[in-house]
Amino acid sequence: MIDLDDTDRGLLRALQQDATLTAAELGRQLGISQSVAWRRVKRLTEAGVIKGRRLDLDKEALGFGVTVFLGVKLAAKGHVNLEAFERAVTAIPEVQTVQHVLGRYDYRLRVVARDLSDFERVLRRRIMTLPGAGEVEANVVLSEERRPGPLG
Amino acid sequence: MLDDTDRRLLRHLQADPGQSVAELARASGVAASKAYKRLERLEAAGVLKGLRAVIDWRALGYAVEVSLRVSLDKTEPRAFDEFMAVAREVPEVSEIQTFLGRVDVRLTVLARNMSHYQEIYRSRILTLPHIVDVEALMHVTTIKDVEALPL
Repeated sequence: MIDLDDTDRGLLRALQQDATLTAAELGRQLGISQSVAWRRVKRLTEAGVIKGRRLDLDKEALGFGVTVFLGVKLAAKGHVNLEAFERAVTAIPEVQTVQHVLGRYDYRLRVVARDLSDFERVLRRRIMTLPGAGEVEANVVLSEERRPGPLG
Repeated sequence: MLDDTDRRLLRHLQADPGQSVAELARASGVAASKAYKRLERLEAAGVLKGLRAVIDWRALGYAVEVSLRVSLDKTEPRAFDEFMAVAREVPEVSEIQTFLGRVDVRLTVLARNMSHYQEIYRSRILTLPHIVDVEALMHVTTIKDVEALPL
């Protein structure tokens, strides 16, 4: 585990907003030199704190008007093959996120679709037919906020 | 309007957001100058909103992630706004979604360990306004996390 100081936290907050910022721009924002900013970002990347970069696209402009969070419970009867379920659910292109969870559901899914009827098609043809899938609960996303997280 | 070239560029860029425009152009079978112009246009139109660093919270010692599904008191017209305003003040809350469905709001809560989680839950979550019911899903493993659009 790596310890962070205020400068590291400032760098991470800035890069969460815009990962294309150069060391010079980061340095200016945080009041440190370009070389210090560069070394700090390198250290954070090498320590695995920055695990990657994600493209932020306007889903609606690209024709994906609906995002749905699904809770999926595996059918209790008989022997359930987790690997078969996970392999099949991962292969569905509309499924963006799959998390194995403990609680009322076994899996948490994030699904995108063009509209509600497109979502219904994905749900009926791809999700309900997954090996071992039992109860499914769908909640349609109305708004979403990504927060910086514990970097304060 | 987007055409097939735009979609092809975005599809390749999604798969590897770190690549240069030259690499992207080659992978997409488009001239570099054209790829550059297209990306500029997509950015100006707000389709391409940016590139964000993704943080591995486990590498920072946050081993616990909980998805909290919250039902709010709908007889209170300001329930959503007031709940969200206070939830935004909790640093350990990394995501907030509102829904149409059985659940009203969902929070992602990050904690160092279970006792830290319990402390956040008691002092910062249960004290949020207008909560009727809270249900927790504890994250075990992430099987897929691409958030790529099926373009």
